Amino acid sequence: MSDEQTIQIRDAIQSAISENPVILFMKGTPDQPMCGFSARTVAILQSVGTPFAAVNILPDPRIRQELSGLSNWPTIPQLFIDGEFVGGCDIVSEMYESGELQQALGVEDAGEPGQAAPEPEPQEPAPLTIENRL
Amino acid sequence: MAATDAPATPEELKARIEAGIPGATAAVTGDGHHFNAVVAAPAFQGLSRIAQHRLVYDVFGAEVGDRIHALSIQTKASETESSA
Repeated sequence: MSDEQTIQIRDAIQSAISENPVILFMKGTPDQPMCGFSARTVAILQSVGTPFAAVNILPDPRIRQELSGLSNWPTIPQLFIDGEFVGGCDIVSEMYESGELQQALGVEDAGEPGQAAPEPEPQEPAPLTIENRL
Repeated sequence: MAATDAPATPEELKARIEAGIPGATAAVTGDGHHFNAVVAAPAFQGLSRIAQHRLVYDVFGAEVGDRIHALSIQTKASETESSA
C-alpha cells in the first residue's frame, strides 16, 4: 500500500466532494446497493428527486479509510451537500422526515414521492468510481 | 476499555455509552452485529446532530464498522437539573 496512492485516493475524494453538489459515498451503487443503510439513503434521495453523484466505496478499502479520515465519521453511507458533510443514514432519515433535507437540497416544494417529483435518473450523473478519476 | 473478540451485546454498548458520555441514558437493541442506540444526554445540548452522533461513535472508536458492524443512532439532548 503506497502512501502516494493513498494520497491520490484522498485527493480524488476531495475533488469529488467539491465538484458534485450532492454526493453520496455508499456500499454498492444506486442501482445495486450492497447494504440496507446505503439502500435507504439512496431511496430517500431518489424520492426527493434530486440528482446526485454516488461513489461505491467497496472496490478499495482505502476509499473508506480516507473518506472517514476526511469526514471524521466512521460509518457508510456518507452524504455531502455543497461540500459539507451532512450525515449518514440516520441523520439523512431524520432530516428527510423533518423537511430539513429538502430545504438543504433546495427542493422544499417536493410533494409526495412519485407525485410531482420526476422519475429519478440514476444514470445522470453516472455513479463515479474513484479509480476512474485517478 | 479494551476491545475484545467476544460478540458485542446491547448491554455492553449501553453500559459503555452511559460510562463514556456524562449523564447519558441509552436504550440499545441489536443482534450482535447491527445495533440501534437511542441516547439522551445533557452533553448534547447546543450540538449539531453530527456532533451528537460523533460523541456516541467516539465511545467505540475503530470498533464501529468492525466488531460493531453497524450502529444506528438517535440522539436527544436531555434536560439538565437547572432547567426543571
